[in-house]
Parts: sequence; structure tokens; C-alpha cells
Amino acid sequence: MTTHVEFWLNDRRVITDVPDGMLVLDYLRKDRLLTGTKEGCKEGDCGACSILIGEVVDGVMRYQPVTSCLTPVGEMHGKHVVSIEGLNLPNKLNPVQQAMVDRVGSQCGFCTPGFIVSMCWYMMAARETPTLEGFQRAFSGNLCRCTGYAAINRASLDLVEQFGPGGQWASIWQADDRLGALMEAGLLPGYFAEMPKRLEAIGEMEEVPRDDADVIDFFVAGGTDLYVQKGELLPRAQVKILNRHPEMKGIRKEGDTLHIGALTTFEEFGASEDVLAFIPEIQDYLHLIASLPLRNRATIAGNIINASPIGDMTAIMLALDTTLVFARGETTREVELKRFYKGYKTFDKHPAEVMTEMVLKVPAAGTGVYFEKVSKRRCLDIATVNSAAKLRISDEGVVEEASLTLGGVAATPLWLEKTGEFLNGEVLSETLWREALRIAHTEMSPISDVRGSAEYKRLLATQLLTAHVVKAAPERVSLDAMLAI
Amino acid sequence: MTEKHLDAELHTRGTSLYVDDVAPPAGMLHAAIYGSPVAHGRVKALRLDEARNAPGVVAIYTGEDVPGENQIGPVLPDEPLLATDLVEYHGHPMAMVVAETPEDARHALTLIEVDIEPLDVITCPRVAHEAGHILGTPRTFAMGDTTAAFADCDIVVEGRSDVGGQEHLYLETQRARAVPTEGDRIRVYSSTQSPYAVQKACARILGLPTHRVEVDVIRLGGGFGGKEDQATSWACLAALACQITGRPTQLVLHRLDDLRMTGKRHPYSADYKIGLSKEGKILAFEVKHFQNAGAKTDLSLAVLERTLFHSTNSYFIPNVRAYAASCRTNLPPNTAFRGFGGPQGMFVIESAIAHAAEVMGVDRSEIQKKNLIQEGQSFPYGQQAERARARRTWEEAETNFEIGSWQKEIADYNAKNAATKKGLAAMPICFGISFTATFLNQASALMHVYTDGSVSLSTGGVEMGQGLSSKLVRIAAQALRISPHRIKVETTNTTRIANMSPSAASATTDLNGSATILAAEELRRRFRELLARELGVQDAENITFEDEKVFYCDEPTDWTWEKLVAHAYLSRVSLSAHAFFATPNVWFDKQKETGRPFAYHVFGTAWTEVTVDMLRGTYTVDRVRLVHDLGRTLNENVDLGQIEGGLAQGIGWMTLEELAFAEDGRLTSHALSTYKAPDGDALPDEIDVRLLEDADNPVGPFGSKAVGEPPLMYGIGTFFALRAALRAAAPEAELAFNAPMTPEKVMMQLHHNRLRTLWETPPTSTAAPAAAGE
Ligand SMILES: Cc1cc2nc3c(=O)[nH]c(=O)nc-3n(C[C@H](O)[C@H](O)[C@H](O)COP(=O)(O)OP(=O)(O)OC[C@H]3O[C@@H](n4cnc5c(N)ncnc54)[C@H](O)[C@@H]3O)c2cc1C
Ligand code: FES
Ligand code: FES
Repeated sequence: MTTHVEFWLNDRRVITDVPDGMLVLDYLRKDRLLTGTKEGCKEGDCGACSILIGEVVDGVMRYQPVTSCLTPVGEMHGKHVVSIEGLNLPNKLNPVQQAMVDRVGSQCGFCTPGFIVSMCWYMMAARETPTLEGFQRAFSGNLCRCTGYAAINRASLDLVEQFGPGGQWASIWQADDRLGALMEAGLLPGYFAEMPKRLEAIGEMEEVPRDDADVIDFFVAGGTDLYVQKGELLPRAQVKILNRHPEMKGIRKEGDTLHIGALTTFEEFGASEDVLAFIPEIQDYLHLIASLPLRNRATIAGNIINASPIGDMTAIMLALDTTLVFARGETTREVELKRFYKGYKTFDKHPAEVMTEMVLKVPAAGTGVYFEKVSKRRCLDIATVNSAAKLRISDEGVVEEASLTLGGVAATPLWLEKTGEFLNGEVLSETLWREALRIAHTEMSPISDVRGSAEYKRLLATQLLTAHVVKAAPERVSLDAMLAI
Repeated sequence: MTEKHLDAELHTRGTSLYVDDVAPPAGMLHAAIYGSPVAHGRVKALRLDEARNAPGVVAIYTGEDVPGENQIGPVLPDEPLLATDLVEYHGHPMAMVVAETPEDARHALTLIEVDIEPLDVITCPRVAHEAGHILGTPRTFAMGDTTAAFADCDIVVEGRSDVGGQEHLYLETQRARAVPTEGDRIRVYSSTQSPYAVQKACARILGLPTHRVEVDVIRLGGGFGGKEDQATSWACLAALACQITGRPTQLVLHRLDDLRMTGKRHPYSADYKIGLSKEGKILAFEVKHFQNAGAKTDLSLAVLERTLFHSTNSYFIPNVRAYAASCRTNLPPNTAFRGFGGPQGMFVIESAIAHAAEVMGVDRSEIQKKNLIQEGQSFPYGQQAERARARRTWEEAETNFEIGSWQKEIADYNAKNAATKKGLAAMPICFGISFTATFLNQASALMHVYTDGSVSLSTGGVEMGQGLSSKLVRIAAQALRISPHRIKVETTNTTRIANMSPSAASATTDLNGSATILAAEELRRRFRELLARELGVQDAENITFEDEKVFYCDEPTDWTWEKLVAHAYLSRVSLSAHAFFATPNVWFDKQKETGRPFAYHVFGTAWTEVTVDMLRGTYTVDRVRLVHDLGRTLNENVDLGQIEGGLAQGIGWMTLEELAFAEDGRLTSHALSTYKAPDGDALPDEIDVRLLEDADNPVGPFGSKAVGEPPLMYGIGTFFALRAALRAAAPEAELAFNAPMTPEKVMMQLHHNRLRTLWETPPTSTAAPAAAGE
């Protein structure tokens, strides 16, 4: 499918009718000969292709880093696409570039533009006081094979000093209009000032009405699964870009019910006050899931419909007793996530149905929501086994609610129905827990694959489930005792 | 001013150019490669018709279309460019599609069909060894008499040690662009560490004399050995398509193809036997190394040799017998990777020492320390340790990092904590510098001075991030006594430098830097001669240069660099110099397996601390502190980057980086989603690098030492630190010497025996009580 897409690419207006499904990375490198953006994997795993995407939110520009290798051009209408070239100043280096040069944070250079983009994003947009850890989280999706990151850390520390309290540019960091202050100090190209006006001048996109879903080959949400799995087909296919429907985004609380738009990204979920209220650790959990640029794109609905047995957000939504809402034309339908999966990558959904939202009950006071994940590499890796839990244990030790999940140990994300039933209403003890684990083992059926042997996955499942109860009720199930069984 | 990496400004602006960043010439075609879908088999039929008719396809080529010789084996002629009758690994290139766009070419690949009669697949080097699938001849290094010595030992332990391979994961995948020039000539832009190897192979493939092929290299987006020999085939393929179609052709490997089709660091399996006195002196060591070479010889025999050279790491062992065989399997041909077989050799001796220490009930570091090689002691290949700094780096580490109290801290921590355990381990290194194939220790430099005083420098060295250009500029500036700003390092090009050695063996700066110094000296000699005439003096040797100025008997003259250069031109004095350098005093006798293969050794000692999460089996590498011998640094920032980057790769190799192959020879860790190299989070936040001071190296350019490979081997310490942490938790557990130590191995070794009853015996209450009240 092709539509006229109009956006700003760095300091240039672009009107193009390349296929909707074409990747921004290919468009930059091949159509625009902007070769600073590199291709290292085309699967979201290296960050060499990082770019910023800006949009106007409440009258000001908001930028986010994304991987251009998984982002379709068709979604860029009305946006500001910033590649490395767009961050260059005419006659000098910007502060991030200068720090990286001073500290030799670049060797072969192939990863470098991606790092610069991620770090510039932090400089432009981070809200907290700058820290090394903040920079590290910003480039957590960037791989470098040459430097071992130490020099990049040193460059980050220079920037922390310059922009942090007492630093030469502290006032820029604290300014309400950070971008404006950066431009005024000559640290960011001046054209950024024009962007809100320029973007607002771009009209709504005229989409050829094509809601007849039968001619659609693919619904693209964040594209982070689709492009990895079907990347070579998409530019030639009929795609429907769901992100053109912002009404499917956002989190809304009605009484004790939470409505989560299907297109809500992982990052948006983690930033929601309503979510933080009952999962205060959500940011720590998210750190274990994909990477920042991926989480800016990946949607929760996409995670659920991708139906991977190790979907991390799926595990959390499953523990939270989520109900999915689907629409097809005028008809809507609800399905409990617990009952959604039928087998490996098969589920209760018609191909033409679109998930519009997810609904869940906010957990009662005193309920803990836990998430555990073990992967070979801690960050930006797919789980070998994951587990989420919603647990409420009374002061007397009675298990009032136990909704437990496991990923990676069956053909589908697993909700441990029997284990939960066994625990509910019982007084938690180490003996009871050991018995619960035995029951949990009857519910799983792991297989060996590249992420680990079946036996390893059983071990992990045991330990991760235990980790939840040890956190929830250490006085009832102690870690030392569990390590010594 | 701090020392910079000269390319860094371009890199940070995204304006540095790699092969495919240069604007494509009009009409350029794109190639994609069809790789064998099975790991071993006889080709019955290759059906290409449907693919030929696919949109955008211009041609499909197979081995039969090669106009010259279908052969690219660099050492032994056992590697066809495109396999014809027999495929020997999964991904073995069989055909090339050439199309108008990369997408068209890749689409056509999906339409190719093949009939292959499957043959037995071997992936294990021991099985291959048993079956007699051996490349070249096995080698044995021997010193003293191990049999007699074992009889005198108080402690003798034997065991097995296995170490995995490693994907290079250069961020820039393999790529090349071939452009026709006039007549039967071709220019190839290749991302190769070895332009001459590419030039020779292209000529062989195309049936042309070498001078018809020009190879040009701007820079590499990472190499690490993976582009020493294995950039060649892709360049040849692009050249083949270019030659036949007459159109420029580019081949950029998709990451998945690069992972599947190219070789990696060699996995090894080894048997060791070590004997010690009760005081901890190592008296005898025997080892058998089984190298997993993959399907083709490639550089495996040279890698094997270096495994032997480093089989005793930094230790002096009077009686040694080291056997090594290169075993042919059905994996992609394994190849050079930073360390070049050395790390695999070191892993075994370190395993043997750890094993002995555990049996003796002493800390591993005690044995390590007692046996460090000293001045004048011999390596098993006959060379004596000169300016041996094993002990010095060890002792400086001991004092700088207060090892005693550090060890105590760890012991206290472990006594107090059950949920997490810490481990600490030392890793001394000793790495020989020079190509072990002695003839490769040669290099040339070509220096042009233009009449405005600017200087162009070409050498046979390739810039791949290691900072070669920055160091060459520094060397040339220092040798000519002019400002570095005047010097530009050119692309590496076979028409400017002939018969160049690969940029490898950590020796690139040593060799090309030394040639650069000689070129500068030649120019200075000519300038002195000219100046002596102009100044009317006889003693040209008293004419000196400093800061772009000329001095006579230490007195300033009115001659400056610019004036001198302009005058030399008008006086018809050549402003170009070509110089040749050959490392003196290196040799090796392969019959006797003794000699002096290395110009010198690099020494160092690292200590690594880790923490293991006992519940989850995950871990963090907390800190690495090391003392390294650099000689005199040429560029401290660049050298530091090499040390930290090498260390990071070593840690990755020992921890996360696990190459998984299915039994049918298919790579299952086939993408960056399943092959995990360290990200920032996986590496220690604290890396404390101390450089040995006062450590001149008279045989390196301006007293420096090579830095590329040795630091990788510090990473081996991580394995032993993890092992120490596991030991702290489970003193009796059976722990294997099997790297990488993935979280899976940690978990299985810690908990499997204990916990598997949970699922092996059914629950007692199968009829779970109905949930109360609901
Ligand atoms: C580098 C990388 C790292 C990753 N790491 C993780 C990780 O750590 N944990 C993890 O769980 N996942 C991870 N993923 C997987 C992926 O990011 C998630 O599964 C993501 O949630 C998918 O969402 P999306 O919006 O990108 O889906 P898309 O790719 O757009 O779509 C996925 C599927 O869902 C369908 N779909 C999407 N939305 C709807 C809708 N509203 N209605 C109907 N159909 C719909 C699409 O048609 C498609 O079939 C990773 C992926 C990459 C590339
Ligand atoms: S190319 Fe690797 S993340 Fe996009
Ligand atoms: S500098 Fe080479 S990958 Fe980062």
C-alpha cells in the first residue's frame, strides 16, 4: 500500500510515496543517501540504526529514540525524523560528540552514530538530573564490539559533569525549554526551533479508506516482531499501520478498572501513574525487557498477539487477569487472556479482528505484583524463563490471592491454574511451598532449545517462582531455607 | 592535549565512509548468496530456473561460471569459492544471485531448490580426530622428559577442558564492491584485513595476473580476525559478478548470512595432565589439544601453532609435552580471532592449575605465582624469556590492588552471605608478538611530501578501529619532526603497497610503523645532504630537525620545513620515499619445533571479581583490575581502548557468548537475538588499568609494544572467578572446565542434582484441595 507521507527529515521537508511498509533505515540509506545511520543487524538488536522521532505533544516537541530498522516510513506522517546528520552542527561537534572524541569512545566507528543519537536523546529529553546510569540506560540498546564501553562511560561522565549541578551547562539542563536552551548555547542545530510550527502545518493524512481487512496482509503495530519475522515481505505487502489510530493508545482508569489501549507501548505502560500505583517496581522490570528504543515501539497488544511463550509483558498481563477486547467492523468481543491461547502461536482471534484495548481490575490494596526473568544476558535478551505473580498474603500468612505465570516452559504463556488453586486459602509455609512447586511442575512441559535445556528451564521455573514468594513473604518462606532444600 | 583517535570526529558525525557508504556508481548490481541447507552432502541437483526468472534478477552464477580457478584456500587449496559437488557445512556458498536491488536478489534466493544426498555430519573435534579427519599433520612441542618428571611429582592430576568458539560480531558485516575499469581490470573495495589476499584470490578466480586487480580499503567496521582471511570470498564473488556482467556489483552480507556462512574462533577440547611438587612447583605438563577447524583449512594450522606456543601461558614448566591436531568437522571453516589460538591454549593450563589447586587445597593464585617465568628461562619452543615481566606485573598488581585484603574481603563476604557468593581470580598473560609464519614479518611504507609541506603516507596496514592511522601519524610526525596535522594516512591500496601482510597478529603498528620510520629517515637523509650543500658544511650528521625547524650543531638556522620542502623540489631532490622493514632476529624451525618465533612478549596480570546470584544462577562481573606491559605507549587513549575492548571480548567469550550448533550442524545461535555479546550492562563498571612504567621495548617503534590481542586473555580470569564463587557455595560439587560459563551452566552445576526430585517425584497431593471459599 502506498500513501503520500509528509514529514520532516532533519532540516528538510519530505513528501514521499514509497511503500508504507518500507523501513526508515532503507529509506535513509538508499533513497536519501544519508549513510550515517548504519545497519548492523536489521533486527533491533544492535542500535547502529538508532534515530530520533519527534512529534508535537501539547505544543512542544517530544523526541524518542527508536531503531530505524524496524520502523516503517508509512508511520512518519507529521513527524520529525532525526538521523545522526541532523544532530551535526556546522563547524563544531555537539557536546556528546565532543565528549566521545575526547574520551575515544569510538574505535571502528560503526556503532558510533547510534550511540551519539541515544546519548543526544538523553541530553535533549531526560527529565531527571543527569547520571552515568541514566546515560547507560539511554544507550542500553546499543552494542559496541570495540571499546568495551569503558570509554563511552567516561564520555558520559564528562557530560554528567557538564550538565549536572554546578556544571558549565547546568542551567541548560534545568531550563524549562531544554531544546531552546541547547540551541541558544549553540549546542543543537537551530532548525529544531522551527519544528513545532513545521509539523503543525502538515495536514492530516489522507488515507485511502481500506478498512476492508480482507485485503490487508499485515496489521503493523510497533512492528518489532513483524519486521523481524516477515521483514522482507512487508515492503511489498498490503499493510495497515495501526499507529495511525491514536484512539487505540493510552491508559484510562474508571473506578477500579483499568483500560489500556492496545497500542500502548511498554514505555508508556511503565510511565503511567495508574500502573505505578500498583506496580511501583515497573521501571526495574522494564529494564529487563528489550531496550529503550524497542520499548518505545513495542506494544502490549503486539506482545500478546505475537503469542511467544516467553512474551514478558504477556506474562505480566496474564498475572493481572487481563481481558482482551477485539473489534471487527462494528462487532466487539471480549476474551480472557487466560483462555486466549490454544497452542503454540495459535489463539482465539479471527485474522480480521483488531485488538482495541485490554481491561483489568486494579489489584486490591496489599497485593504485590512481581516479575522475574532470566536470560543469558540480563538486558536486551529474550527470556529463557520468565514469571509474573500477583500475590496477596494476609498478616496471618493466608494466601488470599495467587495468580502465577511462567513463560518459556510450555507452548504458550502459562497461567498456573492448579498451583494457584492449591495455594489459595492455605497458610503459606516452606512445606506448602515445596508442594506448590511440585504441582507447578505438573503444569509445565518445557523443551530444549537454543535458550536452554528442558532441565535448566525447570530449574529456573522453580527458582523464579520461589523468588516471588521470598519477596512477598520472607518470614514464611526464607531464601536461605530454599537454597538449602 | 590528550591523544585522540583521528577518525573519531568523522565517526561521531556519521560522515566516515565504509564500503557501501560511498554513493553507488550508476547501474550497480547487488549480489546475494545461496548457502547449503545441509551441513554435509553430495549435490545431486541445483535448480535455478525459477530464481532466474524472478523480478530484477540479472544472473545466477555457480562454481562452473568461474573463469579462472574455483579456489580460494589461502594455505591449502581445499576451498572452492562456490561448492559444486560436495557441500561441507551448513551455509556453504553454492550460488550467487545478481539482481538490480538487494531485495530482488534476496527474494530470488528463496526460489532456488537443491537436491542433496546427505552424508554423516561431524561437529565434535574428538570424533573427527578418532575418524582421522585431520588437517595438515598434528604437531608436538616437547621440552624435558614428562614421563620421568611425573614419577617425581607429589601431586598429579588429569582432566578434560573444553572451550567454545566465538563469533567475531564485527558490527559491520562482510562486504565488498567491485567496479570495472578499462580493459580486463577491476577495482575492488573490500572490508578486509588482508588486501593482498583479496587481490591474489580475485586474480586467481578471474584468471588474471595479480596487477589487473586493484584492492582498496578505507576502513573496517571491526575485524578482530574475522576479516583476515574470510573477507576474501565475498570480494571474489563481487568481482566475479562484476567481471561477467561488466557492471559494478556490491555484496553486503545480511547479518543472518554472515553469522551462518562465516567461520569463528575455534572451539577446542583438550586433555591435560599436570604434576607438581608439594610446594606447588609445576614440574611436568602434558596436553592434547583437539582443535575444531570446521570444514576447510583456512588459517587453522597457523592458529593451531599458536595454541602450542601459548600452552604454558606465563609459566615456566621444565617438562612439557604438548600435542595439537586440527580436526576437520562440518562447521563453517573456523578462522583467526583476536588471540589466534593462544587463548585456547592458555585456558587449558589455567584449568589444570585450578584443578591441582583444588586438590591441594590451596588458592589457585599461589601456584600461579610460584611458577611465573623468569628472565632466561625457556618456553617449550626453545625461545628464552627476555625482559620477562611476568613477575613484575604480578607483583605490581599485588601491591597496587592490595590483593591480600581483597581476598580477605571476599572470604568474609562469602562467610556472611548465602544468597550471593563472590569469586576472585588472577589471570597472568604472556603473549608472543610476531607472525609465527616468519616470512610475514615484513612491511612497506610509501611517503610523499608535497611542495606545500603536507605529507601523504601509505602503508600495508588496515585501519579497523584499532587506531593504526592515529599511531602512524604520530610516528611519522615524530620521525619527521613536524606537526601531526601535516600528515594524512591514505587508504590501504595494493597499487601503492605490494605484497602486504595482513593486518593481524597485533603486529600491524610494529611493522608498518617501523617501515614508516625508515621512510622518514630516508627523506631526512636526503634533506641533510641538500642542507649540507646549502649551508656549506661537511658534517651533515650535525644537521638536525626539531619542531619543523632545522638546526646545525644545535643552533637554529633559518630553514623551516616548508622552505626546505619547496627548495628540495626546485633542486630536484625526490620528495617520495618507499621503505621496507623486516623484523630482525625471528625464526622458527618446524622440523625441530624450536626457534625464536617472537620479537618479544607482552606480559600482564589481571584480577577479576564476580558475584553469583545463588537463586537465579545469574552473575555480574564486578571489577577487573590489571597491570599491563605496553612498553612505551604511542597513544595512551587508543591503547587503553584496546585493553578495555580486548578484555570485554574475553569476558564475553568466557560468559555469554555461546555458539550453539544443532546435531545436524546448523547454527542455532543464528542471530543477534540468540547470540549474545556483552552490552554495557554485562561488563564491569570498574576496570582499573595500570600501565607498567619504565618498561621500554627496544625492538618496538619508539619503544612501544603491540597491544591488540593480549588483553583479550585477561577475560579468562572471569571463568575462574565464577568457578571460585561456585566453589564457595558448593565445595563438593562437580564443576567442569567448560567455557563459556553461561548462567545455564552455573544453574545446572549448582542446583540440578539437588532440585530435580521436585519434578521427578509427583506431588503428594495430586488432588489439590479446591480453592477454599471460591
Ligand atoms: C531486539 C528485540 C528485543 C525484544 N525483546 C523482547 C523482550 O525482552 N521481551 C518481550 O516480551 N519481547 C521482546 N521482543 C519482541 C517484541 O518487541 C514484542 O513482542 C512486542 O510487544 C511486539 O509488539 P509490536 O507492537 O512491535 O508488534 P508488531 O510486530 O507490530 O505485531 C506483532 C503481531 O501482533 C499483531 N498485532 C499487533 N497489534 C495488534 C492489534 N492491536 N490487533 C491485532 N493484531 C495486532 C501483528 O499483526 C503481528 O502479527 C523483542 C523484539 C526485538 C526486535
Ligand atoms: S540495525 Fe541493528 S538495531 Fe537496527
Ligand atoms: S567502535 Fe567498533 S563497534 Fe563500537
